[in-house]
Amino acid sequence: MEPCEFPHIEQQLTPVFKRQGQGADRLLQILLEAQDIFHYIPAGALDCVAAQLGVPRTRVEGVAGFYSFLSLESVGEYRVLFSDNITDHMLGKPELMQYFCNKLWVEPGRVSEDDLVSVDSTSCTGMCDQGPAALVNGWPLTSLDHNRLDLVIELIRARKPVADWPPMLFEVGDNIHRAGVLLGEPFEAGAGIKAALVRGAEATLKEVELSNLRGRGGAGFPTSRKWGACRSSPGTAHYVVCNADEGEPGTFKDRVLLTSHADQVFEGMTVAARVVGAAKGLLYLRGEYRYLLQRLQETLARRRAAGLLGRSILGGAGFDFEIEIHLGAGAYICGEESALIESLEGKRGRPRNRPPFPVAHGYLDQPTVVDNVETFACAARIAEKGGAWFAGIGTPESSGSKILSVSGDCARPGIYEYPFGVTVREVLADCGAEEPFAVQVSGPSGTTLSWREFDRRICFEDLPTAGAFMVFRRGRDMFDAASNFARFFAHESCGFCTPCRVGTQLQRKIMDKIAGGHGTASDLEELKGLGRLMKDMSHCGLGHTAPNPVLDTLEKFPDMYERRLKALAFEPAFDLDGALATARRITGRDDEWAHV
Amino acid sequence: MSDTLTIDGKEIPYRPGQTIMDAAMAAGVYIPHLCHNPEFKPHGSCKLCMVNVNGRNVASCTMPAASGMTVLNDTPELNGARRSLLQMLFAEGNHLCPVCERSGNCHLQALAYYLGMTNPHYVQFYPSREVDASHPDVLLDRNRCIMCELCVRASSEVDGKDVFGLSGRGIQTRLVVNAPTGLLGDSALAVSDKAVQVCPTGALLIKRQGYRVPVGRRMFDHKPISVVQTEGGHD
Ligand SMILES: Cc1cc2nc3c(=O)[nH]c(=O)nc-3n(C[C@H](O)[C@H](O)[C@H](O)COP(=O)(O)O)c2cc1C
Ligand code: SF4
Ligand code: SF4
Repeated sequence: MEPCEFPHIEQQLTPVFKRQGQGADRLLQILLEAQDIFHYIPAGALDCVAAQLGVPRTRVEGVAGFYSFLSLESVGEYRVLFSDNITDHMLGKPELMQYFCNKLWVEPGRVSEDDLVSVDSTSCTGMCDQGPAALVNGWPLTSLDHNRLDLVIELIRARKPVADWPPMLFEVGDNIHRAGVLLGEPFEAGAGIKAALVRGAEATLKEVELSNLRGRGGAGFPTSRKWGACRSSPGTAHYVVCNADEGEPGTFKDRVLLTSHADQVFEGMTVAARVVGAAKGLLYLRGEYRYLLQRLQETLARRRAAGLLGRSILGGAGFDFEIEIHLGAGAYICGEESALIESLEGKRGRPRNRPPFPVAHGYLDQPTVVDNVETFACAARIAEKGGAWFAGIGTPESSGSKILSVSGDCARPGIYEYPFGVTVREVLADCGAEEPFAVQVSGPSGTTLSWREFDRRICFEDLPTAGAFMVFRRGRDMFDAASNFARFFAHESCGFCTPCRVGTQLQRKIMDKIAGGHGTASDLEELKGLGRLMKDMSHCGLGHTAPNPVLDTLEKFPDMYERRLKALAFEPAFDLDGALATARRITGRDDEWAHV
Repeated sequence: MSDTLTIDGKEIPYRPGQTIMDAAMAAGVYIPHLCHNPEFKPHGSCKLCMVNVNGRNVASCTMPAASGMTVLNDTPELNGARRSLLQMLFAEGNHLCPVCERSGNCHLQALAYYLGMTNPHYVQFYPSREVDASHPDVLLDRNRCIMCELCVRASSEVDGKDVFGLSGRGIQTRLVVNAPTGLLGDSALAVSDKAVQVCPTGALLIKRQGYRVPVGRRMFDHKPISVVQTEGGHD
């Protein structure tokens, strides 16, 4: 380890290195703390961290530049990030953010001249049931209105540390409106592990197979097959990873599970550890949910004290398992399992090439199971009550229940747990949707449903979902929704592969062109062509699904595009007359000959 | 049918551990590619080498060859998609071939000729990217960088220096240099490094070499990239 040339920076980072350790896998966690200390990652910190961890500076800069919550330039003492999901927009986000900026005399995306505050947008923060939402230095602000923002402005002007702000600003409700087997029935910590110990690993896997449990993260892969493959893959260690990245806009059910049912989630991870033979588990918690970290750690401590974690769990000889929590830092792509593993290793969140798959070569190249939060909660119940019980709920191909995150135009946004097979119409009735017109199922990467399709069912046979359910009433413009989603994907593309890095930008630019009244029929064809290209040629699911909202709305709501189009067949994206505006201003001309 | 696969109907042998790309190259079958160079670990980012295997699209440079694979490569659909990818690469950077020293030796340009790319098609992004002329012998012009990471891999795998890396995300992804100033002149790069030889475009140029080989007598002026690369020429 070389000494660092920036003693004042090194001094402030020393306790961080002490706390975090010095493995290269700690890089992201260390940079998150550095960001807190300096309000950005100064160049000197890049050098110090590189020297301390013994990695190239480019690796540190690569990570610091990848994640939205890290920055290479100062973002001020207070960084306020408004959640940019379409549901926040429908609740008034654009106007509120403008109001906030005007009162603070800052421009969005710029730090104030006194380095006090910066204001910007951020991808959905997972508070759609209590938006408009924002983050201040990583802490969630909910149900924002002018009054609450006035208070925030006062606190910032008074330079009050965020830790001392009134707690009511940070209240996050669970908003559970319908509970089923996961949320509604009491769960005794340890019940699943006990049953698994009695049954043994092999038989527990059999129960998971019997249950027909399929992954709740969206893809619906049979959980027993994943666990079985990991179990039989050779390695020096096996790992269990819980995917709590929950980055899909409109999804917030994992937030609620981790807030009020964390025991059940950790229990599912422990059962998985028993099955695959893992001694270590990792929970990847999205940066937006950092406020849950302390409580989760307390839960882990409680479980350790109760003998549900640590050595010889519940007296099972050789059954040792520990769980560690890693924080994300604002990157939707880190929900993709192989990008998540890269991030756990302290790297840029770039999806890996497959094969090999994580079950054989995952975290630290070892066999790894990556499952969604809700999948583990189900697994805990299955271990406790058996596979047949679980398989009896839901539909033939989709057993069990599904937790939906309902938001948008409805009287009671929040959490609804149903047996699989429920129709969209039933959900709409339960949440008090008035004159529903469209629903975005499973977030931007999912499906846009029109009112003609409300009899479709939530299940893998028909409408698979990771849980988002965003309601749009009559009169809403679905073009705006698709534009918002196109912006989201362009912002979140990791940039690794050509079709998605460039394609998501082109898609966004064409949507902007149409929104600006310059679109033509050929632009619609271009959108379709781009969609096909991204689906056919992209590296991972982000690029494959990024065209979905545009293609779906084009098909189901073509009038919302067409009424914006010019009558022409084609108009160039480049506005020649507009480009001459500066020349006109300089020469003071505005006559006929000064225009084209 | 053991240890063979077919590419566009032609039966091709492979050795275990080879990728589809490896097997194709060994058999003299050209699959277009930019970020791949057989000397380095496959990367799979440019997606030019996408082929269709039993109905699914896969990157041939990273996909292990397997017995019985039916691979489609030289088809109008795939070449059309590849042309679009090239147009994307041209659109996102600033590629002014007529004034670029690499013209005629550039893989990006040569592939555009090979695939019949006759227009830019997409709106140009005209990004503002940094040029780094601080090194005495090497010029880094990020305007022409396609983020293939060949220099990154070469510097790390061959030179053992880790001079290059990527930072940023999405369209903001950019090449960064391992030096406290971020400048090439302050890095450990030497003109003889492998990293300087592998750039497929004009993003990394050796200084004072300009037009030593006149235009018209350069690598791809005589033979298309498909021929040069199946004969083993990559740098
Ligand atoms: C761009 C992208 C983002 C994803 N985000 C998440 C996520 O936030 N949470 C999640 O559980 N799965 C997410 N996934 C799916 C994971 O890759 C993976 O399939 C899942 O974690 C497996 O768990 P399961 O089998 O329990 O569903 C995402 C996939 C992609 C392509
Ligand atoms: S599809 Fe998008 S997110 Fe996925 S690897 Fe390619 S650029 Fe990254
Ligand atoms: S400088 Fe050249 S070799 Fe390096 S990433 Fe850019 S295009 Fe590839």
